Amino acid sequence: MYAFDVERPTSVADAVAALGKEEAQALGGGQTLIPTLKQRLAMPSVLVSLTGIAEIQGVCKDDDGRVCIGGGTKHAVVAKEAAAHYPALAELASHIGDPAVRNRGTIGGSLANNDPSACYPAAALGSGATIVTNTREIAADDYFQGMFTTALDEGEIITEVKFPVPEKAKYMKFEQPASRFALVGVFVAKYADGVRVAVTGASNDGVFRWSEAEAALSKDFSAGALDGLSVPGDGMISDLHGSGDYRAHLVAVMTKRAVAAAH
Amino acid sequence: MAKVTMTVNGKSVSRDVEGRTLLVQFLREKLNLTGTHVGCDTSQCGACVVHVNGEAVKSCTMFAAEAEGAEVTTIEAVENDDGSLSVVQQAFQDHHGLQCGFCTPGMVMTATALLKENPKPSEAEIRDHLEGNICRCTGYHNIVKAIMAASGQDVSSVAAE
Repeated sequence: MYAFDVERPTSVADAVAALGKEEAQALGGGQTLIPTLKQRLAMPSVLVSLTGIAEIQGVCKDDDGRVCIGGGTKHAVVAKEAAAHYPALAELASHIGDPAVRNRGTIGGSLANNDPSACYPAAALGSGATIVTNTREIAADDYFQGMFTTALDEGEIITEVKFPVPEKAKYMKFEQPASRFALVGVFVAKYADGVRVAVTGASNDGVFRWSEAEAALSKDFSAGALDGLSVPGDGMISDLHGSGDYRAHLVAVMTKRAVAAAH
Repeated sequence: MAKVTMTVNGKSVSRDVEGRTLLVQFLREKLNLTGTHVGCDTSQCGACVVHVNGEAVKSCTMFAAEAEGAEVTTIEAVENDDGSLSVVQQAFQDHHGLQCGFCTPGMVMTATALLKENPKPSEAEIRDHLEGNICRCTGYHNIVKAIMAASGQDVSSVAAE
């Protein structure tokens, strides 16, 4: 790693001030950023650790019935504390990485990084969540802007994520066994006004909504409603773990499995 | 350099560290607590697992500065107060849950955290919980058996060693 300083503010205001410095970088749980720093793929002068900010941690429900998760909330905490409110979201959190990773990694860190194979982007987009920052609220549909790219400005911090709770939902992940990231992961959520289907791990453009499947499932929420539907292999990630066509095939398979298992 | 203060194995310690000093470097190089191992240094293998405020974390993927004010427990302090092996350590010995021993500190720390949260885990739960701990010797079988035994469960139905 190149040399840098670590600051540990205890309020969002202090963190924002610290991120105003030249070459400052926010540090969530560090489960992606620290390995990145070890490979010398990033060279910040200051890392602003967000783990000491109590006001952005925790799980609660707001007056609209949405599950609100602080941006600095660890995966293990979401797995436990969201279970009663939004089981599919808690299940997703309980299968990210491994237990030790879940004790450090945070939802805000995952969404800010927007790894094309991360799990949380599928939940946020599939639930039509709202990403709340220190300056504004961003709809998930506007937030994800391609692989490792989001609507966040420099120095903007995710303070909270608000998830409308669906009638039924399920996340199905086909795990890449070495990294435990999603080779393909599909989040399906059935709301009163329609079904949302978000796919992670598959596309070169990062997480995306499969609108054809959404239309079919909104009419008939059953795995059979997806018969004959497929996504094209063009634009899908192709690597040693699977070709674009293989991933495209998995998208349809995992969507069907998610619908069949939704609860 | 900045001063970091934390409680390690019950004792308050302060040292000057660089921002980039990892918790595992702090433990091994500043405190000479070399029981915590560095296997892969990429947060895959789990040999470096320690407890921070009671939770199992990979100390190669956390900065020492982030543990400011925290309670850290390493493999050196899991033994019983009288110096005898903890239930988990004893079970690893009894059931031959190790061969070369390199992964063992991380395995014991992960298993200890699991049993605190889930005192009677099933075999499947144990295997699932060990996802982030890699052993290249044993094939995990005796590790799983040791953890089941440590939780007071009958392991006679688990295949022979």
